[in-house]
Amino acid sequence: MALSREQIAQRIAREINDGDYVNLGIGIPTLVANYVPDDIEVMLQSENGLLGMGPFPEADKIDADMINAGKQTVTAVKGASIFSSAESFAMIRGGHVDITVLGAFEVDQNGNIASWMIPGKLVKGMGGAMDLVAGADNIIVTMTHASKGGDSKLLEKCSLPLTGSGCIKRVVTDLAYMEIEDGAFILKERAPGVSVEEIVEKTAGKLIVPDEVPEMVF
Amino acid sequence: MAGLNKIVESHQEAMKGLEDGMTVIAGGFGLCGIPENLIQEIKNLGVKDLTVVSNNCGVDGFGLGVLLEDMQIKKMIASYVGENALFEKQLLNGELEVELTPQGTLAEKMRAGGAGIPAFFTATGYGTPVGEGKEVREFDGRNYIMEESITGDFAIVKGWKADKYGNVVYRHTAQNFNPMAATAGKITVVEVEEIVEVGELSPEEIQTPGIYVDRVVLGQFEKRIEQRTTQ
Repeated sequence: MALSREQIAQRIAREINDGDYVNLGIGIPTLVANYVPDDIEVMLQSENGLLGMGPFPEADKIDADMINAGKQTVTAVKGASIFSSAESFAMIRGGHVDITVLGAFEVDQNGNIASWMIPGKLVKGMGGAMDLVAGADNIIVTMTHASKGGDSKLLEKCSLPLTGSGCIKRVVTDLAYMEIEDGAFILKERAPGVSVEEIVEKTAGKLIVPDEVPEMVF
Repeated sequence: MAGLNKIVESHQEAMKGLEDGMTVIAGGFGLCGIPENLIQEIKNLGVKDLTVVSNNCGVDGFGLGVLLEDMQIKKMIASYVGENALFEKQLLNGELEVELTPQGTLAEKMRAGGAGIPAFFTATGYGTPVGEGKEVREFDGRNYIMEESITGDFAIVKGWKADKYGNVVYRHTAQNFNPMAATAGKITVVEVEEIVEVGELSPEEIQTPGIYVDRVVLGQFEKRIEQRTTQ
């Protein structure tokens, strides 16, 4: 069975370590916060200028001046800090954020990522995604392994305009956890009940399959 | 003698001197921390052919979106413009030019502009459409593109409190792009919720020192929420 959105988030959460500063993108990445173990300490960074993002507020505590990068009303945890956009991107571009989780349309075997622009469709902008992927080599990309039509999103070479080049080393899809090294995807884990053959079939880029590919356990 | 007193009594006075074809840098992220009334005053003035630099372009009927209604914006420099149907229409019609700029690069362009730094190198955008046509330099084995800084004829800023010297503090995440915008205007106008006595803000809490600020005006704010999310 392919992983649910929640299971993908749960799997990614295992990559987060005690003491990490973490930036979570919109969509499945946001769900990762729900699965960070209680016994570790992490701080969530939101690129509009908040380190220490908390949960959504109670209805009577809502504050228009307190939002996250998705423009949602949020709270700040105890010990949070708030700063300007330049300061926020100094943290990101300076490589101070330990883990960034974001979605994508395509990733290729050389670690290129395309996530912001589909030619012919209206382009809304890259927001902070290009800064986040250029920031450091600590990025986890999440997306479905193939499109609804069955086309692989793990390619030899991205077909869409890039968000960043050579910057992605880890990908979690609904079928597998892979790392990217020396121009190839390396299959590290598979979703429970998903065969290696199915992953091979749905991966268009170069895929290295080790002798043992353990199933994820939830 | 005005001395260092930056306070002006009206929004008309605050935006005096804005003309067709000028560049306006605006603080704000989404609808958070936007100078609502200064934007409305630009609409009232009816000036055209503006280049507007801001992370976003408001929404239909609010924030910078109101400047689209009479086609006052010629060019928009922003990182994300997805919340605005009128923007989309004018863009597709070729009535509006847009320069999409990565968010961190945009913040740094304003910061550098205000600090007298004409350009800088960043890894952001290298190998992407953003890097096309830009100078590339290699430092320590990594490629960087040159990005030029931005200054504006006007900067419009939303603060929380200011004193008459133009010292400003911001509230929560309404800070966002405002401190950089404040440094990058030839004329910087700050609109605030409260004007306080000199000395009421302690020196170390001031986020924008008055040296950057030319005019301070008191405003009333709707503070519209884009995504109302609760527990």
